[in-house]
Amino acid sequence: MLSVRVLNAQNLLIKNGTLLTVTMGTVIKGDILILDGVIKKIGKNIEAPEKVKVIDATGKYVMPGIIDSHTHIGLSGTNEMGATITSEVKMEDVLNAEDTSIHTAVSGGVTMVHTMHGSGNPIGGENVVLKTKWGKASEEMVVKEAYRTLKFALGENPKQANSFNPRGAPRYPQSRMGVNAIIRREFLKAKNYMAQWDRYNKANRSNKGAKNLIPPRKDLRLEPLVDMLKGKMYARCHSYRADETLEFIKLSKELGFKILCFEHAVEAYKIAKEIARENIGISVFLDNWAYKVEAAEGIAYNAGFCTKQGVLVSLNSDSPERIRRLFNDAAKSMKYGGLTEEEALKLITINPAIQLGVDKIAGSLEEGKHGDIAIFKEHPLSAYTLCEMTIIEGEIYFDRNQYLKEREEKAREKKDKEKNKEKKGETQ
Amino acid sequence: MKRSIFALVTALLLWGPGAAQLNKNHELVAIKGATIIPVVGEDIPEGVILIQNGRILDIGAGVDIPQNARVIDAQGLFAYPGMIDSYCSLGLSEIGSVRATQDSRETGKLNPQVSSVEALRPDSMHIPISRSNGIALALVAPSGGLISGKSGLIRLVGWTPQEMIVKSPLFMHIQLPGGRGRTQQDTTKAAPPQASKKIKEIKDLFHRARYYQKRNTAAMKDARLTLPAFDEKLEFILPVVHRELPVMIAVDTASGILDAIKFIKEEQIQAVFYGAGEGWKVAEEINKAGIPVVLGSLYAMPSKWEDGYDAIYRNPAVLNQAGVKIAFSSSDAALAKDLPYHAAKAAAFGLDRREALKAVTIYPAEIFGVSDMYGSLEKGKAANIVLADGDILELRTTITLSFIDGKETDLSSIYTELLEKFRKRIE
Repeated sequence: MLSVRVLNAQNLLIKNGTLLTVTMGTVIKGDILILDGVIKKIGKNIEAPEKVKVIDATGKYVMPGIIDSHTHIGLSGTNEMGATITSEVKMEDVLNAEDTSIHTAVSGGVTMVHTMHGSGNPIGGENVVLKTKWGKASEEMVVKEAYRTLKFALGENPKQANSFNPRGAPRYPQSRMGVNAIIRREFLKAKNYMAQWDRYNKANRSNKGAKNLIPPRKDLRLEPLVDMLKGKMYARCHSYRADETLEFIKLSKELGFKILCFEHAVEAYKIAKEIARENIGISVFLDNWAYKVEAAEGIAYNAGFCTKQGVLVSLNSDSPERIRRLFNDAAKSMKYGGLTEEEALKLITINPAIQLGVDKIAGSLEEGKHGDIAIFKEHPLSAYTLCEMTIIEGEIYFDRNQYLKEREEKAREKKDKEKNKEKKGETQ
Repeated sequence: MKRSIFALVTALLLWGPGAAQLNKNHELVAIKGATIIPVVGEDIPEGVILIQNGRILDIGAGVDIPQNARVIDAQGLFAYPGMIDSYCSLGLSEIGSVRATQDSRETGKLNPQVSSVEALRPDSMHIPISRSNGIALALVAPSGGLISGKSGLIRLVGWTPQEMIVKSPLFMHIQLPGGRGRTQQDTTKAAPPQASKKIKEIKDLFHRARYYQKRNTAAMKDARLTLPAFDEKLEFILPVVHRELPVMIAVDTASGILDAIKFIKEEQIQAVFYGAGEGWKVAEEINKAGIPVVLGSLYAMPSKWEDGYDAIYRNPAVLNQAGVKIAFSSSDAALAKDLPYHAAKAAAFGLDRREALKAVTIYPAEIFGVSDMYGSLEKGKAANIVLADGDILELRTTITLSFIDGKETDLSSIYTELLEKFRKRIE
């Protein structure tokens, strides 16, 4: 069947900006034509077709929309703590389009987020990729092209090192040994479950076998793990310490599933060689650290160092506040780690796009990709910059000038009201 | 003999903790060729700074370099005064989730007796990181409760707490309720208790302290009167009541700020605001009252959605334009190094860039009463000098050298130590 993607048919011509394409260098005084939500043409002196809105970007910096590879925004729930293994839950089921964090995201140039299950469980739920279309229904935000990913978590959080449960017995697992063991147990269960189905299907298909076989009981908790074993879904694993990260790589090989990305990975610089060799990405904070013991060696050089060792690195916010200043974090990678401007920008654009499996549609300014764009007043890697406009599929979702206009109008209205009140008071 | 003892005592008062501990090194150092940004006055392209005995001996474009000077070639670099973090928990907090490493907050409501510098850990891993980002001084402040305790100004170098103290106590910290840093989701929750109620409690404490002292004084004069029993809380709030120790009042909401202004006027105490996230709504009133503002972290969301997404970001500019003296703070330990970026963020949202720089240098020095020695590069001041390869507020800028009170400091940190350790693995 032909899958026809209906983009919000928006047309836009951005003119005369400094285009930071990320993958194809910088275009000075460049134009971008977006038709039907897709970048149709990038170049110079592009004429505006009829009925196409033109945005003057003279003196401004135009970059691909920022992608946050690890957030929990736009949700009405993050952790399912009622059980230890909760692979059956889906973040797509609890989307909350009214979460104002989505607006916060677009105000900082973010156009796409990987919004994830929390780290309270060794195996959490299925994550979802959204476009930050503030004001739209949640269904319109889901990015179907993205990889299917399942959240895993290691270390202090799943072993509940920092949370007290005064009532009742402690939940298994309480150690890193247990975390690893329980993940292994679940995958072995899933393999057994897979074998039951294989036997059933085989017996059902063959002519010699028994008739009216009863199928195995459907297990929604194991189904996602089966998908992982079949390569239809990948692991995104919350890990801090270098040792637990290596153990999880070992575990994935032993059991036969694929890891897309390690989350936080504050000690990745200690094992950059191994992570690069396995072709696994990392999604990290630039310098948020020391908030717990396993984050106490999370140095700011991590992202830059690992990039230079060939690891695919993205910067994430994991926060409804930090999400609006990811471009500031990217700039810090030049100071700590010596990355170039282009390498720094990749950390928040094409690299997370690759990690999410959406690099064909997003992550750089290229013809054929979605018209997801952020316009900055000054170079996005300057501390003095701010996001002026955020565009998704050719549609404007954040416009600072419009915001300022509305604010002024409101202030004027308020003043007028007060004046009227005063006048009334005088006449009475 | 008597006179010499008097001189010694005076010298001790001047050079004990409280006065600048200047480097006793007589070596003459000349920093040559840097673009000097003194913060006060015009920039000096390709200038010279002479340092001796911990002070700036001379500074300018045409300063002669004596032959015996050790010359530091700073061609292409920029010389700034070391920055001042106006509120942080450096040395009081190591690892967030580990209670054993948290010493910035006492239990209970009234803690005027505690002093932050008495818990200061000179070996904190966070201090060298801040220092290597161009920060020289920091106000180390207690938090929590209604009266949190006393803060002190420290230099980010020294082997012992005493070596680090520039001035302590500097403020008594009062914490009025407010919604700092709440997200939109939180704002739907019940409103926090009114600041005015808390102010009543403080006023009551002040009254009791006055009465306590009156009884004390009376008992001292008349042996027939009962000497009141020692009351720790009243005893330690007295310097505030007597206007010997200024207060720093953490307050966030516009109404809270107005209540606090009234309180400050009534009590005639010297005060500085901390936080003041909604300061922009009452900037005129703050200015009229002549109260400086130490801003909270800009890594925060506005407490009210209706205030607009950028309320926290533009707040410093509005206050500054109204004439309020502002200073930035990291309000953190692990991310105290980010102080310059709070200033730059405010500049992105309308604050004049020069004013942003002043608000991490000379303004805090003035607010803390140490501008005779700190906050700018001027002849006679302490040699707090940072050499940077670019704008000191920019994210990509690297600090190449830092003098604190005339002493060249170590720019390594746990960041660089771990980096070097694991770099060896790949070599």
